[in-house]
Amino acid sequence: MSDITKARKALVTRILEGDGTASRAQRRAAFDHTGFAEPLNTLIDKVTKQAYRVTDEDIAAAKAAGLSEDQIFEIVVCAAIGQAARQHDTALAALEAATNKE
Amino acid sequence: MRLAILDRGHSLGTKAPFVLIRAASRQPVLDVIKLVKYPADFYGAPMQGVTQEAMRGPSAWSVADRELMAAFVAKTNECEWCTKAHAAAGEGAYRDGARVSAVLSDFETATIEEPLRATLRMLCKLTREHAVNADDMRAVLAAGVSRSQIEDALAVCFSFNTIGRVADAFGFFLPGPKAFEAGAKYLLARGYR
Repeated sequence: MSDITKARKALVTRILEGDGTASRAQRRAAFDHTGFAEPLNTLIDKVTKQAYRVTDEDIAAAKAAGLSEDQIFEIVVCAAIGQAARQHDTALAALEAATNKE
Repeated sequence: MRLAILDRGHSLGTKAPFVLIRAASRQPVLDVIKLVKYPADFYGAPMQGVTQEAMRGPSAWSVADRELMAAFVAKTNECEWCTKAHAAAGEGAYRDGARVSAVLSDFETATIEEPLRATLRMLCKLTREHAVNADDMRAVLAAGVSRSQIEDALAVCFSFNTIGRVADAFGFFLPGPKAFEAGAKYLLARGYR
């Protein structure tokens, strides 16, 4: 079977703990989808739940709030990976529960 | 794209291969390539490590099945860009466009193997509702899917639940079918490195 465990861990470690233009606290907050004020909260919420609803205005609002394009790039990436990781972890736990009881 | 840095912020050394891609494919450089190259060490390179393993690592699922799952997860997320890109790769890998179209239209009625259908049903729920439970997994196992196959399908799902969100948030430009066909040929020949 394929095994993304190591690669996923390296990815998450890089985006959260490595160098970046957004602070580590901002990247962690985006990954966890917690602690952002508007307008960033709306952007992160959309990326997490319905990314196809993100608009030019959402990105423009993030810029108007003082974020650089590099910071927006990093925060969006962290939000996307955070949500995908939570879904992945939930599914792996469900699989573990299903196979342990058999 | 909504961030100018993703269109024009690459270093000269990074931009050089873009010229070769345009010349070789006679198509515009796909936005996903611009994304993974900016800046490669933050997102592109480590994400490619995940996706290469999920999509081309050892698995009981074929490359075609995994490209189909990628397109299916993208469709469930309403990410048009990734749906088209990976439908094209799935069609190329299966050499059967009708199969991919049927699954993306309605996987419950498509003529496919039951283990694949049960797996897609679970991936659909996970992607749409952000969670699945042990009963959902038991249903997939009961359809004849092995635990390792489920883990492999979840790896594909993780990759495309990430990539689709990023593609939509940054507003990837949607090119014509020929650009996606060229991209699919590249993915099937070279993978995600």
